[in-house]
Amino acid sequence: MLTFALKRLGLAVLVALTVSAVSFSLLYLSGDPASAMAGESATSADIEALRRLYGFDRPFLVQYADWLFSALQGDFGQSYYFKLPVSQLIADRLSITMLLGVCGISFALVTAIPLGVAAAVRPNSFIDRTALFISVMGQALPSFWFGLVLIVIFSIQLNWLPPSGSGSWKNFIMPTVVLGYYAMPAIMRLTRAGMLEVLNADYIRTARAKGAGEWRVMFKHALRNAVVPVVSLAAVQMGFMLGGSIVVESIFALHGAGYLAWESIGRNDLPTVQALILVFAGFYIVFTFLSDLANAWLDPRIRVG
Amino acid sequence: MSEEPILAVEGLTIDIPMAQGTLHAVRGIDFELNRGETLCIVGESGSGKSLTSLAVMGLLPKRLECAARKLAFRGTELQGLPASAMRQLRGNRMAMIFQEPMTSLNPAYTIGDQLAEALLLHRRVSKAEARARAVELLGKVGITAAGSRLSQYPHQLSGGLRQRVMIAMALMCEPELVIADEPTTALDVTIQAQILRLLVDLQREMNMAMILVTHDLGVVARVADKVAVMYAGEVVEQGTAKEIFGHPSHPYTQGLLRCIPVPGRTKPGEHLGSIPGIVPSLIGKVEGCAFRTRCDLAESACAKPVPIHRTQGGHAWRCIHSRTKKADTERMPA
Repeated sequence: MLTFALKRLGLAVLVALTVSAVSFSLLYLSGDPASAMAGESATSADIEALRRLYGFDRPFLVQYADWLFSALQGDFGQSYYFKLPVSQLIADRLSITMLLGVCGISFALVTAIPLGVAAAVRPNSFIDRTALFISVMGQALPSFWFGLVLIVIFSIQLNWLPPSGSGSWKNFIMPTVVLGYYAMPAIMRLTRAGMLEVLNADYIRTARAKGAGEWRVMFKHALRNAVVPVVSLAAVQMGFMLGGSIVVESIFALHGAGYLAWESIGRNDLPTVQALILVFAGFYIVFTFLSDLANAWLDPRIRVG
Repeated sequence: MSEEPILAVEGLTIDIPMAQGTLHAVRGIDFELNRGETLCIVGESGSGKSLTSLAVMGLLPKRLECAARKLAFRGTELQGLPASAMRQLRGNRMAMIFQEPMTSLNPAYTIGDQLAEALLLHRRVSKAEARARAVELLGKVGITAAGSRLSQYPHQLSGGLRQRVMIAMALMCEPELVIADEPTTALDVTIQAQILRLLVDLQREMNMAMILVTHDLGVVARVADKVAVMYAGEVVEQGTAKEIFGHPSHPYTQGLLRCIPVPGRTKPGEHLGSIPGIVPSLIGKVEGCAFRTRCDLAESACAKPVPIHRTQGGHAWRCIHSRTKKADTERMPA
């Protein structure tokens, strides 16, 4: 188990390094960073001064090493737009995004797994068809539209929930539902497919032959084997939620990290964009690593050679 | 007085609804099994052997339709028994060993967990006691270093070992009836004999009744007290092993016996027999003798309902011929 974990950890570090190199070179993909910062009316002397000020005149590798070294210490430089340290900027926004992401994925898992199991236990039954309907809806409804519908119903008509802001836990209910409902269908369908396959396995028949009850057969013997691919999927979706919840954050005016990324891209605020890419990629890497560990725990064939 | 039979089956039918119509997979079979007896159910693939054993365990898939005039375990009718009562019997007083040791153990749990579970489901014992029992039984089924095996996972064991584990698991609660559905088919030939020997020894030691489903007549000759020969969902002949091998009376049984070499009687280089043709479709109404399309002795009367002949010794066969004259002569090549 330990060797397995160490191997995965090494792989994760390699991926992180690659991502950092790519995100750093973004600076140059969009042209000369100094002239982009200076704006259209700047003279060539202004541009030259900026270039020296920010160190763009140094060799590329030196700049990368310098940036990476600072980044590892939590220093991502100054935001061009806010004139604040990027790390501070991100830290403020990230707590909102992380809370939203955790709530969203929890909502998705808590609804999707029981529904997927129930659908697999009685395929083509009423409950299976209902689950299919719910998941097709979730996949088909655009988040922005679903979010607005919720606001119309629960904020404007019923006046139960605040439509925007991030002041209290009530602000997070609708965004959680919208974000979670988007992730739910894939998890539900994967759980159902996995359970259908596992329920036909010989070891399920063995469990029944031992005299195990249906709940025990479903949750102890079947679900543990069916849920392995679901864990991997949920990890990717969690990463996606933390990085890509821009739409949901804008609708509910939750000023999280996704929203910040979108703003910063528009403002050409490269240090912020670089740092956010690195942070988002870091989430993916961490969650993938965690899901590998979880799967190794669930399935001994992965951890015991 | 003789005690109640462990298992009494009368008129068991199993239907499989299919798109093309109903498949009558098992068509009215009867058998009885007493304490300590071994019944071998013999037949080719698709003859309904496995379905019959699953039906006894109450493990048939729900979409299959199963009915019987009588399906009684120690006098308790199993049909209509509440699911919870059936669960208390399964794995406790009747246990099953399956054909596929490679896939019959749950890959996610250790051998120890899975063995202990069998006992914990039915007895008020502590985990430690259950594990101790697991070690004891692993020793009984001939697994060395049983204590250290408990923490191993199924994928770390060979097929032969896994089947031994399956046998140990079936015996955790000392069942009165064990059903072994082709327990050696998936194993190497060298392992097959060991596993079979083990099963028979344990059956005698624990005085269990055993149903052994197989298509290997060599195995049957060695272990069976009673034999039921199945063909196309019917028991075409049954009786004591001595009767079946000494006086096979149904043309199908005779055909089967011609297909295996007999030491001392089959000459080297001699061709073994085979039964030409294929098993008929069992979809829709099946009338008369199902074997008639492949039978040398078939007559027009075979298309009508077939009588069952019984001798006093309990030997019974389903054929229009009272006892085919070819019965004993046929085994000697002309």
